[in-house]
Amino acid sequence: MRHKKAGRQFGRDTSSRRAMLRNLTANLITHERIETTDAKAKELRRVAERLITKATRLGKVAYTAQSELSAADKARRLHAERLVSSYVPRFGVKADGTKVDVVEKVMLDLSKRFEGRPGGYTRIIKLGNRRGDNAPMVYIEFIDAAPVTDKQAPEEPAAAVTAEPTTAASASAETASTASSGETASNE
Amino acid sequence: MAVPKRKTTPSKRDMRRANHDKVTPVQVVACPNCGEAALPHRACGACGFYKGRKAKAVKATTA
Repeated sequence: MRHKKAGRQFGRDTSSRRAMLRNLTANLITHERIETTDAKAKELRRVAERLITKATRLGKVAYTAQSELSAADKARRLHAERLVSSYVPRFGVKADGTKVDVVEKVMLDLSKRFEGRPGGYTRIIKLGNRRGDNAPMVYIEFIDAAPVTDKQAPEEPAAAVTAEPTTAASASAETASTASSGETASNE
Repeated sequence: MAVPKRKTTPSKRDMRRANHDKVTPVQVVACPNCGEAALPHRACGACGFYKGRKAKAVKATTA
């Protein structure tokens, strides 16, 4: 019986489950908001928040410069840093291709953003069910993550590609931009 | 082996199906932002709003 055994198994062995959760954690920290299934998000919440708490518990020690810390504080910081880096992969890559040092972000950025907050660093927003397997999908995001913006990008590259072979590149870019701005204006 | 003596009447069959085999309609609410039908407790599929703020990225609609 499963009585009082907390946590989901996801039909995976321990190694695969651990790998999945650490990758999800790194992705959440890198991207601030990720889309996943409801069950995975709820499990990720446990894992990711415990990890961030290791840094927030240090208070100012987590993000002040090494040179201003006492020897004891340096040791505390190093210990927390090692606990964090023992769990997550070191680097994540954002959508624009920039590399993020996950451990550094937890220690320097997230610890400051969530200082004094007793857990609850993430928010889960239900999106509805996934086509294909009907799995309930969610966004899981840091509560102070940047607000969502609408996807505008797919229109303009398509217009540019069709226009370029016939006319000059500069002219097509101009028509594309005016056309798209006109569309957005009419939408509003 | 135990076997039914009589064919199940349409009445008995339908009475059985009327309860535990019934299909319930999906609950929908009107999105407070755009008025589209949306699933309760979920970000609106049409405009992406949930609890008065932008929650989900939505493709910009043409026309």
